[in-house]
Amino acid sequence: MASEGTTAKGAITRKPRSLLWDSVNRLQKNYLAVGSLVFLALLVIVALAAPFISSGDYANQSLKHNYVVRSWMLGFMPETASPPTIVTEDGSRIKPEGDIVGYANVVTGSDYPLGGDDLGRDLWTRTVYGARISLIIALVASTVSLVVGTIYGLFSGYLGGMTDNIMMRFVDFLYGFPFLIVVILSQVYFKALSNRTSGEGFGQMIIDLNNAMGGVLFMFIAIGLVNWLGLARITRGQVLALRETEYVHAAKAVGAKTGRIVFRHILPNIIGTLIIVETLAIPGYIFTEAFLSFIGLGVNAPTPSWGIMIADAAATIRSYPHILLPPSIALTLTALTLQFILSKNGIEQPTYSPIIKPVPFQQIA
Amino acid sequence: MFKFIVRRILGFIPVILSVAAITFFASKAIPGGPFDFAGDRSLPEEVVKNLEAKYHLDWPGWKQFTSYMIGDELTIFRTKHEIDDVNVFIEGDKAIVNGNVMLLDNKTLCKESGYIVYGGFTIFDLDTEACGTSQGVIRGDLGPSFRYRARTVNDIINETLPLSAQLGLWSILVGLIIGIPAGIVAALHQNTIWDYLATFVAVMGVSIPSMVLGPVLIVIFANNLGWFPVAQWGAKPPYFENMFLTPGFDWINYFSHAILPVLTLGTGISAVFARLTRASMLQIIREDFIRTARAKGLHEQVVIWRHALRNSLIPVVTILGPLAASLVTGTLIVEQIFGLNGLGKHFVQSISNRDYALVLGTTLLFAVLLVISNLFVDIMYAWLDPRIRLE
Repeated sequence: MASEGTTAKGAITRKPRSLLWDSVNRLQKNYLAVGSLVFLALLVIVALAAPFISSGDYANQSLKHNYVVRSWMLGFMPETASPPTIVTEDGSRIKPEGDIVGYANVVTGSDYPLGGDDLGRDLWTRTVYGARISLIIALVASTVSLVVGTIYGLFSGYLGGMTDNIMMRFVDFLYGFPFLIVVILSQVYFKALSNRTSGEGFGQMIIDLNNAMGGVLFMFIAIGLVNWLGLARITRGQVLALRETEYVHAAKAVGAKTGRIVFRHILPNIIGTLIIVETLAIPGYIFTEAFLSFIGLGVNAPTPSWGIMIADAAATIRSYPHILLPPSIALTLTALTLQFILSKNGIEQPTYSPIIKPVPFQQIA
Repeated sequence: MFKFIVRRILGFIPVILSVAAITFFASKAIPGGPFDFAGDRSLPEEVVKNLEAKYHLDWPGWKQFTSYMIGDELTIFRTKHEIDDVNVFIEGDKAIVNGNVMLLDNKTLCKESGYIVYGGFTIFDLDTEACGTSQGVIRGDLGPSFRYRARTVNDIINETLPLSAQLGLWSILVGLIIGIPAGIVAALHQNTIWDYLATFVAVMGVSIPSMVLGPVLIVIFANNLGWFPVAQWGAKPPYFENMFLTPGFDWINYFSHAILPVLTLGTGISAVFARLTRASMLQIIREDFIRTARAKGLHEQVVIWRHALRNSLIPVVTILGPLAASLVTGTLIVEQIFGLNGLGKHFVQSISNRDYALVLGTTLLFAVLLVISNLFVDIMYAWLDPRIRLE
């Protein structure tokens, strides 16, 4: 009787391990990825718990608190900004002794933990709520493009022939179209639509829903609309490979209908790859949202988005650089951690990635 | 080779035409018009009607598009006018005044308030008609701007494109100079400190969006250190055009203005280039032909620079095409942050303003640059990899 670990012939064995356990094991050795996962988990928690960990009112303006800073930020401010005045919790301002030449108002008390912006809105609250927008976009835009691209590619690839040809030429055509212009056109179109307040029926319902969501809904559509193309191509390629396999022929032989073959036999075999491809595009979606909000075609004010916050901060950067910090750090860290998770040591494509990732949107924009 | 280029250029025509048509009708489909607002106030209905008539926006869509592409009939230019004893006959871009031929230029006419002056007399008011018409894209006239009414689309592009193009080209240069060597070093010294360093910097470069990097650079180098000026590039002194031909051009002044925006854009680009170069270099140096090159005793430098590098540049060249097109036509965010008067903002504002001619002008410019740079990429492929033949 061989002891555990060796067979009778002396070959080394071990207990079987699942694939999941293997990948968890591999992941554990990648400290950057683990740290990044922790950060993202925290970000999700912060986004979910936004009303409880912040003042909750991201739109509240207070002229007494415009551009307020915390005292620890003074080192970061331009020299002319100090010495400061002090804004107490009830909003009254105390001037320190001596000549006042500066303009930075230091806030005390528990409100405004990261200072206030040009309209006296709490930067911490806005950054925290901004995380919601970024995460929602990452989730929904990728789902939209996954669903549309997969279904399109499945049918194009499976039906083949003339249908396939036409469907793929259409994709090629859209591919040749300037991405930026398509997104801007559709966002301007949606913005113009959402000004319509009196209307009836389903269209108006969508518009009202979008307005209630601060303009996020139409952004899902605009971003999802232009991002399904790559996925459709990959799906089609995968389907072409699987279409001629024996189990598909067998399904056909027993009389399965097209829909059943496509969704029950082919889709489960390729969905893993497709999800991975889509995951790799997520940083791009977050950048796209920030970009659109930056140029004023994103969420509607006063809904906070990191892009809008950075655009606002950039306008007053020489006098009040502190407004820039919270949204910039949040956006950069999110992008950075996603990079670390999605790629081996942050730069190589993970071995499971079947394609070269497209250039992140911001690089082109 | 020559045949290939000619065929590709002919192939561009339907692509560009359809891009133009779709952009035109898509921007028309957006509710609202160019004359909805003058500043914050809305215009009276009659004024809007008159303006629309002037710019031929009351025509059916297809007619507007064809007149935009191939020019108007310029009906007014064909009429015969007799004012006092001056006999004017106008045809095309020529006016025959009492038998003397005057050349009419649509643009000059608009600029000079649209009158033909002959012998001290104003004989013909062209204002309302001529400024609304276009000679057509095929004659290089991109039409009048509806929003910037004193200027044509050509004026706007002439004014803003040089700065955007310089910003884009310098940034690509920075990207190539930093990115490719970093990628090579990282690949040749894989899993050493150099690799990790280059890798880390590249990841940072990819992850920090230019909307963050730009302001941060301003705060550090302009606000706190005071080394460089902000937001004056493209204003008077360090302005381009023939700068390479100008003797004694103030390059130091020029670059002190240019360096922050160029670095903002260039960092991201060099990070992308470094990633691509490293990845493909790692693959190439394991190929058989590299082993052959080493086996026949070639010097390591020759193996790397002549054999490996050329092949590993192919992915870089692939993205260089679309990248160049979009960078040269303006990078909205960097231009906005550094207050540069570039073309980038017109891509968005023209659509928001429903300035249809400007929408089409910018889109056409972008599309033409895109197809040209893609052609350039294909030619580069054949040069980098002799196995690729252009046929």
